Amino acid sequence: MKVIKINKENWAGGLEKSKGSYRLFGPVKNNELHEFKQLDKEELPDCDYFNTRLSPKSIIYPQSETMFEFSLDENREDHHILKEIDTDYSPRAIIGIRPCDAAAFLLVKRNFSTPEYKDSYWLNAYETTTFIGLACGNPHDTCFCTTTGCGPFNEEGLDLLLVDAGDCYFAKTITSKGENFLRAAGWDAGTDVETVCEQIKTMKQEAEAKITSFVATDKLKDKKTTDLFDAPFWEETAFACINCGACTYACPTCWCFDIQDEVSGYSGIRIRNWDSCMYPLFTLHGSGHNPRSTNMQRVRQRFMHKLKYYPDRYGEGILCVGCGRCIRLCSVNIDIRRVCDLMNSYEVQVTSD
Amino acid sequence: MSERGAKIREISERLLKEGKIDMVIGFRKGTLPMMNEPCLVKSPEDVKNLVWDSNCGINLAKYLIGRKEKIGVVAKGCDSRNIVTHLIENKIKRDQLFIIGVPCEGMIDRRKIASMFEKEIKEVAEEKNKIIVRGSGFEKILEKSEVLQKNCAICIHRNPVIYDELAADIVKEQKNVDRYKDVRQIESMPPEEKRDYFNDLLSPCIRCYACRNACPLCYCPTCFVDESRPQWVGKGIDLTDIKTFHFLRAYHCAGRCTDCGACERACPLGIDVRAFTMKLEKDCFELYGWEAGMSKDERPPLDTYRPDDPNDFFK
Ligand code: SF4
Ligand code: SF4
Ligand code: SF4
Repeated sequence: MKVIKINKENWAGGLEKSKGSYRLFGPVKNNELHEFKQLDKEELPDCDYFNTRLSPKSIIYPQSETMFEFSLDENREDHHILKEIDTDYSPRAIIGIRPCDAAAFLLVKRNFSTPEYKDSYWLNAYETTTFIGLACGNPHDTCFCTTTGCGPFNEEGLDLLLVDAGDCYFAKTITSKGENFLRAAGWDAGTDVETVCEQIKTMKQEAEAKITSFVATDKLKDKKTTDLFDAPFWEETAFACINCGACTYACPTCWCFDIQDEVSGYSGIRIRNWDSCMYPLFTLHGSGHNPRSTNMQRVRQRFMHKLKYYPDRYGEGILCVGCGRCIRLCSVNIDIRRVCDLMNSYEVQVTSD
Repeated sequence: MSERGAKIREISERLLKEGKIDMVIGFRKGTLPMMNEPCLVKSPEDVKNLVWDSNCGINLAKYLIGRKEKIGVVAKGCDSRNIVTHLIENKIKRDQLFIIGVPCEGMIDRRKIASMFEKEIKEVAEEKNKIIVRGSGFEKILEKSEVLQKNCAICIHRNPVIYDELAADIVKEQKNVDRYKDVRQIESMPPEEKRDYFNDLLSPCIRCYACRNACPLCYCPTCFVDESRPQWVGKGIDLTDIKTFHFLRAYHCAGRCTDCGACERACPLGIDVRAFTMKLEKDCFELYGWEAGMSKDERPPLDTYRPDDPNDFFK
C-alpha cells in the first residue's frame, strides 16, 4: 500500500492529464441533483457532494444497453442474424465514487460472474474501469453502511481511496489499477506515510461515529425461509407500496433486466433494460399466470431477496450496502431498515392447541 | 399533536369499536422528516398510529381501488374529489365508505424545503402557519404559505366535497387564484421552444412509473406502456418513448385529474409532471366549464355528448 498527497492546486491538472489515458466519470450537479456523467474536456467532478440521487451502477450497467443488431432486409445476406455491436471498452475511471457504491459492484458481481456464466457486457465494463473512491466525511441520517459490512472509508471494491483533508487529498492506493491511475495523472508527491495513516484512521473513526442509523442482520441466517415468507407482517409492510421502480432503479445492488428487440424500418437492435421486481410484468408468464400477482408478493420478494435469499445463497451478507437511496426516494416511505428489523426479530408464534 | 390528528383518531376508534367499518386507511408518521406513510388500521388499539400534518400529500383514493371491505378513509379536498371520480367510474361503492373529511390547509413541498438548506434536515415541525426546520447547528422558521406544494398553492377546493364526518371546521377557500399561469406560459411558446421545453423536462425521467402508480386514476389492469401485443411504446429510455408515455398518460387523465399533485410528489427526480395534466385541466375547464370530482351525479365531459360542444368536428 502507498499513500501520497495530492495538493488541490494539482487536482485539476492531474485529472486533465489522466484524460489522455482514461475516460473520466464523476459527480456533476445538474438541476439541483448530483449525477455521475462522463467528464468533458476541462470539466471537473464536483467532489463537494453528499451522494448522487441515483447510484452510479449505470456506468457499468446502463439502464438501456444495446447487445446486438440485426437486419430484417431479406435482400441482405446477413438478414435475421444477430451481430455483436462494437462497444468502447477503453479504460475508464470513476472519480469520487462513494465507498458504498463501489462495494455494491462486488455484491452484484456474484450474479454477473459465476463459475458457469460470465456476463461479458457487465464484466468488460467492470474490468476496464478504475474506481477512485472518495471517503465519506459527512454521512446522512439514512446511511447505515457500517452495519451492512461496508462503511464510509471502506476500501473493498476500490482501486484508490481519496480522503479530503482540506487543502489536499490523501490518496491511498489499494490495487495496481489505482497505482496506474496515479501515474497517468502524474501525482506522486510522497508523504510521511505513518502520520498520514494515523490521520486517516482518526478521520475514519470520526466519520463512522457520525453514522446514527443501523440495521440488525445477525438472526436472518437462522430464520427458516418459509417462516419469514409466511410472516404476518407483510400485508402491513406492503400496504403503502405503489409498486413503482424507484427503489430498484436507484439501488446500486439491484441487477434485474429484461431483453427486448426494437425495430425501425428494416434495422433492429436487441437491448437489455433494467427491470424491477416491483412491476407486475416482471413475473408474468406467457400463459397469463402470474406467480407474483399481488402487491404484497412483490414487496416481499424485494426484501426476501435482499435480506434472506441472497445472504443464504452466498453466505457473504445481505444484498444491500446501506446507501439509503431507496429510503430517501420512496414516495410512500417504505423503509428497508424497518423491514430488516421486522425480519431479523421475527419469531413464529407457536399456537398451543 | 395536531387537532385534526386527534379528531381522526377519535372518529376511527369509534367506528372500529362500533363495527361500522373493517379498517381505516390513513397516514402514520414516517421515518424521515416531511414524510408520512399511508397505512391500514384494523383494530382500535392501533388507531394511535394515525397522524395528520402537512406531509400527507399522497392521495389515499389510490388505496381504495377494488377493495371489498367497509373502509373508513381519511380524505382531504383532492382525495375526496378522486373518491367521487372512483364512484363515477365504479371503482368503489359509496356504501362501502365512511369518509373522514379533512378540511386541508395545504401540504408542504419537501424538495423545495430541502433545497433551501445546504445541510441535511434532521427534523421539521409545524405550528399554525409556520414550518420549523432543524438540522445540526441550525434552525429556521419558514412561512408555510411560501413552501406549499405547487398544486396546493393554487388549490381552490381545500374542503372535502363529499364526507360522512369532518375532522375539523370548514376552512376558507383560496380566492382569486390564477391556476393556469404556468400553462399559459408553455402555450405561448413557439413549437420548437415547446419541444425543447418538454425534452428538457423529461430527459431525467427513468421510467420508474412512480408518477403513474401514485395516481388514483391510473388503475388499468394493464397500462398501455406495459402491453406487449401490440407493443405501443418502446421500453428503453429513448426520449420519444418517454414522451409518448407522459403525453398519453396525461390524455388518459383528461377531465379526471383533480390536480392532487401525488404524481409530482412521487417522482424521485422531482420532474414537473403536472405540466401535462394541468394543460388538460385547463382545456376541460375552459371548453366545458368542468372541474373533476365535484359531483357524482354528473358525467365527465369526455364520456358525454352535448349538442353545444365547442368543437366544430362534433357538429
Ligand atoms: S437496498 Fe436501499 S439502502 Fe440498500 S443498497 Fe439498495 S438503495 Fe441502498
Ligand atoms: S395525474 Fe397527478 S395530479 Fe392528476 S389525479 Fe393523478 S396523481 Fe393527482
Ligand atoms: S416518477 Fe418521475 S422518473 Fe418515474 S416515470 Fe414518472 S416522471 Fe419518470
